[in-house]
Amino acid sequence: MLAAGLVLWFFVSNTARNLETLRVASGFGFLAREAGFEIGETTFIAFSAADSYLRAFCVGLANTFRVALIGVAVATLLGTLIGLGRLSSNWLVAKLAAVYVEVMRNVPLLVQLFFWYAIISENLPGPREAVSPFPGVFLSNRGFAVPVPVAHAAYWWMLGALALGIAGAIGFTAWARARQAATGAQLPSGWIGLAMILGAPLALFLAFGAPLALDKPELSGFNFAGGAALTPEFAALLAGLSIYTAAFIAEIVRAGVLAVDKGQFEAADSLGLPRRRAMRLVILPQALRVIVPPLTSQYLNLTKNSSLAVAIGYPDLVSIANTTMNQTGQAIEGIAIIMAVYLTISLSISAFMNWYNQRIALRGAAR
Amino acid sequence: MRTIAGVAGAIALAFSAGAAQAQSTLDAVQKKGFVQCGVNTGLAGFSQPDSRGVWKGIDVDVCRAIAAAVFGDASKVRYTPLTAQQRFTALQSGEVDVLSRNTTWTVTRDTSLGLNFVGVNYYDGQGFMVPKKLNIKSAKQLNGATVCVQPGTTTELNLSDYFRANRMTFKPVVIEKLEEVLNAYFSGRCDVFTTDVSGLVSTRGSRAPNAADHVILPEVISKEPLGPAVRHGDDKWFDVVKWSLFAMLEAEEMGISSKNIEQQAASKDPAVQRFVGASGDIGKMLGLDNRWALNIVKQVGNYGESFEANLKPLGFDRGLNALWKDGGLMYAPPIR
Repeated sequence: MLAAGLVLWFFVSNTARNLETLRVASGFGFLAREAGFEIGETTFIAFSAADSYLRAFCVGLANTFRVALIGVAVATLLGTLIGLGRLSSNWLVAKLAAVYVEVMRNVPLLVQLFFWYAIISENLPGPREAVSPFPGVFLSNRGFAVPVPVAHAAYWWMLGALALGIAGAIGFTAWARARQAATGAQLPSGWIGLAMILGAPLALFLAFGAPLALDKPELSGFNFAGGAALTPEFAALLAGLSIYTAAFIAEIVRAGVLAVDKGQFEAADSLGLPRRRAMRLVILPQALRVIVPPLTSQYLNLTKNSSLAVAIGYPDLVSIANTTMNQTGQAIEGIAIIMAVYLTISLSISAFMNWYNQRIALRGAAR
Repeated sequence: MRTIAGVAGAIALAFSAGAAQAQSTLDAVQKKGFVQCGVNTGLAGFSQPDSRGVWKGIDVDVCRAIAAAVFGDASKVRYTPLTAQQRFTALQSGEVDVLSRNTTWTVTRDTSLGLNFVGVNYYDGQGFMVPKKLNIKSAKQLNGATVCVQPGTTTELNLSDYFRANRMTFKPVVIEKLEEVLNAYFSGRCDVFTTDVSGLVSTRGSRAPNAADHVILPEVISKEPLGPAVRHGDDKWFDVVKWSLFAMLEAEEMGISSKNIEQQAASKDPAVQRFVGASGDIGKMLGLDNRWALNIVKQVGNYGESFEANLKPLGFDRGLNALWKDGGLMYAPPIR
């Protein structure tokens, strides 16, 4: 420990001394300075060139979260479908799934990102010749422009009602399950929960008089003004990351299902459970124990791989940190920030997945 | 445990000893036997490998001049292609000895980045390039446009400043690699491409599918003096690089070129004699061979020859980069 500490101390002091000799600025004071550059895409946080570097980092972080969270959701869904598809008894479905997995796993991610970006940005028409599948929706190489509702107080109430509805649904499902365990009587808790989640916000919406003023995108000058746009950079990054990671998740899911003893399938059959119910109630809960640890790795991989966004122009955290490092010259502070953020994100995902793993572990005697 | 502590102590001593005496880059380069030069990944006319992999360009010629001055052999250079984002870290960390990569001289780079700019080898400004079919005549009509730009450049900052000052907005598409940025612009992802006017002319001439379809707008929105840079705290190397550049300019001013250097070597003109090293010991003052300037002109040529060979074929004219005697800004201090 002492030796390691000594070596670490000399690395740090040597670096500090070299920076001093070169008279390179150091310290985190630069975060308060004006950024001076624009960011192409922001998530919830407005940004202009007059804002500080710290705000720029926050925007980058929000962008990274956006692509990581949506990417994880899409990749999990797609991966599970493909994994189960490969186990299907339908020869064509199984073979197609196998081809997908083999191709997507073996082509480097950066190549896939460039591929998707080229397809999206080169094959779509310019904004002046945009395709309009529905009135108010435009598809061009500037992105997918859709109308959004203009902000209204009713929407905040609806959000609150949605949260209450979700809490109510979870509570109701737990109560119904306990009641079933005690008395054996079943309630359609799925449908009732769904009614709660959708019903409460809908009721409020109608109560406010159904306010639906749309902000439609319109071609003005160079681009579409108004509405929201899904940029080609975000779409390409999402497509590339999800499709690549889904191939790995497919194999993990397949491994998990294959790890469950064949006897479990036969026991479920002998109980008269139909195939899909058997999957949901008997097989998948046991398969999850095998699936969750490698799945954690894949989620972490997807989050870290999102830093490749800098190659296709999506302004994520690494891209903005690179620009900042270059403009201020403070490479060490910039890298330290990137490392700290990714470490925090990765540790959080790990902690959550470990907690989930504990929850679904077999209690009592092993096996 | 004691052996580990002993080893750690030895490593620590080695580090402190190494850090205490920062070796001059000139000594390191002379020991290595070549100059490690940081250049662009591929900008026609400035630093780009040709079809046989030989690096050509005016920034490359500055590197070769340094090698000719130090070693008497302009081929003793190794090139490191650097993107705009990598270039400063590469120089700061010692990965390259000199950065000759069409880099703008600004106060931030001169101070807080720890660099020293040796001079200017190309006076430039920032401009905009748009497709002709958009029918734009001036940069003031660009409100709301999508602009392709590379990150970590003065271009990015000047762009924001210009649009803010003129109360216009724009959407940036920020891509690191030059090839990818150009792909995005030529495929129509952005309406405008912005960089130094020299970069616009160069890429329009060399990369556009049809150069006539693109027009460079008349507004030049900034000053971009491009020049080589070295690290802080290294005066000897700073002088060598600076005077290598000035030697090329002074040679053109005195009329010495690679074509007549042989006759000039025997000249009776005292100024020429000092330049070629026949009299005085300027070479010794710089820590180089006395024939340093002679070697530069013989193997690389003077500034005018470098410009003619690299930039003229792409459609550049001397403009601001002519000698001060011809109405331009190129002025070298006297070699005496």
